Amino acid sequence: MSPFFVITGIVTLLGAAFAMSLRNLVHCALAMAVAFSGIAALYLQLDAQFVGFAEILVYVGAIAILIVFAILLTRSGEAPENSVLTSGWMAGIAVSAMLFTMLGWAVLNSSAIPKEIPPAPVATVKNVGDALMTKFVLPLEIIGLVLTAAMIGAVIIALKEDSQKSKSEDGGQQ
Amino acid sequence: MFDKLDQIFVTALHWLVSYVPEMLRPVVSAMICIAFVMSVFPGVFALTTVLERKILGRIQNRYGPNRVGIPFTKIRLCGFGQFIPDGIKSLTKEDIVPRAADKVVHFLAPVVMLIPVLLAYAVLPFGKNMTITDYDAGLLFFFAVGGAVEVSVFMAGWSSRNKYSLLGAMRAIAQMVSYEIPLILSAVTVVMVVGSLNLSEIVKHQNNYTFGIAHWHVFTPWGLVGFVLFFIASLAESNRTPFDLPEAESEIIAGYFTEYSGFKFALFFLGEYLGMFAIIGLGITLFLGGWTSPVSFLTWIPSYVWFLSKLMAIVFVFIWIRGTLPRLRMDQLMNFAWKFMLPLALINIFVAGIWHYMAADWQRWLVCSAIIFGAYAILGRGLMQNQNFGKRIYRYAE
Repeated sequence: MSPFFVITGIVTLLGAAFAMSLRNLVHCALAMAVAFSGIAALYLQLDAQFVGFAEILVYVGAIAILIVFAILLTRSGEAPENSVLTSGWMAGIAVSAMLFTMLGWAVLNSSAIPKEIPPAPVATVKNVGDALMTKFVLPLEIIGLVLTAAMIGAVIIALKEDSQKSKSEDGGQQ
Repeated sequence: MFDKLDQIFVTALHWLVSYVPEMLRPVVSAMICIAFVMSVFPGVFALTTVLERKILGRIQNRYGPNRVGIPFTKIRLCGFGQFIPDGIKSLTKEDIVPRAADKVVHFLAPVVMLIPVLLAYAVLPFGKNMTITDYDAGLLFFFAVGGAVEVSVFMAGWSSRNKYSLLGAMRAIAQMVSYEIPLILSAVTVVMVVGSLNLSEIVKHQNNYTFGIAHWHVFTPWGLVGFVLFFIASLAESNRTPFDLPEAESEIIAGYFTEYSGFKFALFFLGEYLGMFAIIGLGITLFLGGWTSPVSFLTWIPSYVWFLSKLMAIVFVFIWIRGTLPRLRMDQLMNFAWKFMLPLALINIFVAGIWHYMAADWQRWLVCSAIIFGAYAILGRGLMQNQNFGKRIYRYAE
């Protein structure tokens, strides 16, 4: 593990921890954006370019903004007075630690995972694109169709519903 | 001779790096490239601020800055020394932070703005063999880091605790999200035809000549439409007039950086202009042939000269538009993006597909141009509906 990898890993974990523990929800959302960027940096260091870029493009560029907007539109800006932790936080930590131990034990002892680490596959953006265009072309086309339908639907929702009413509103503006 | 001049920076880099021990070479080479970007493009920014004020002055029938030249001499340089006192002024001004502001986020916002903008320069080919990191997916990288700018705009607007700042940030994010879609969709056509996301590869594809004229993508029907869409969307992405609603002085003071002063304001200013140069650079790379020359008998001019002159030419058009067009209304802005640019960009992708698969003769020119012209006419008519463009009616206060 290179020092850069360790540093980005620590930054990612710190961002995630702050996203859980800060009082102000907007701060939490921004900390989560830091965690997302850290994950993207980790992907890039592991030579997974496509996933790394998609992580930034989708999570930092779109989802973080979406979350922040949702917070702004639904709540007032004041931070809550009471503590972030609920009363039963000790029990929560105990339960989650137990769950983590059990899952970790199960994964490490599973027969489905090969014991030897296989050689790293070469996954350039070109390979990902080739796979999407040949082997996975049908799922890709369906996703594309669904997303285009969603986009057209958004445009239709944004259209004015009552043209009669809008005409009378627009009349004086020009 | 001309080849050597063309490659002078590449040779200089190799020469400098050869003096460093083997182990440190990647780091030193990266540092030199960063120093290059950090010195050249802020320099272009400094010149552009003066140029912008002078051109706007000419458009508005006044002189613009024409006094400051070299200090302690009588040389005036037509006022092109103006950026030095401007820089000193912004460095020495008091940094005011509002009492109610969220101090940490307020401090971080200009920094977060500048980092992705500077990262975007990593993949742009400034000249022949002059790409800093030649990523396979350079175009994807550019758009990915561009998406992170929105976070900084939100941070600035929200942390200032000022209604104008928040309004400006909301407007800016709505605008950036809306215009990012036509921006990316218009770039997709180039990727389809070239078959690569690598920006150097895209430039190489345009570096051929027929009858002495270059194969720039802008000289094809889909490329022309793509370039115009890209140009308009990049105007909106860099918050320039007529899309400057996020920082409309007469409505919301300065938008999301209302509460910034001194050097933080200068950082925002710098970030905005560097973002503009980066996106223009991408537009040049995608549609205007990058560092290639438009005609074959001018190929001896160094590639970086071509890149920078194309950049400055488009910057001039940006300034010209700023001096000419009024600001759009919010509904006009959104209507234009979603009802005109988005459908046209989708049809343009379709046209690029037809162009790719039809035989290379006059028929594909006819078919592609006809589809684009029809789509343009129908969409334009759709956009004009319910907008009575009659005689202007003035209403006065009683």
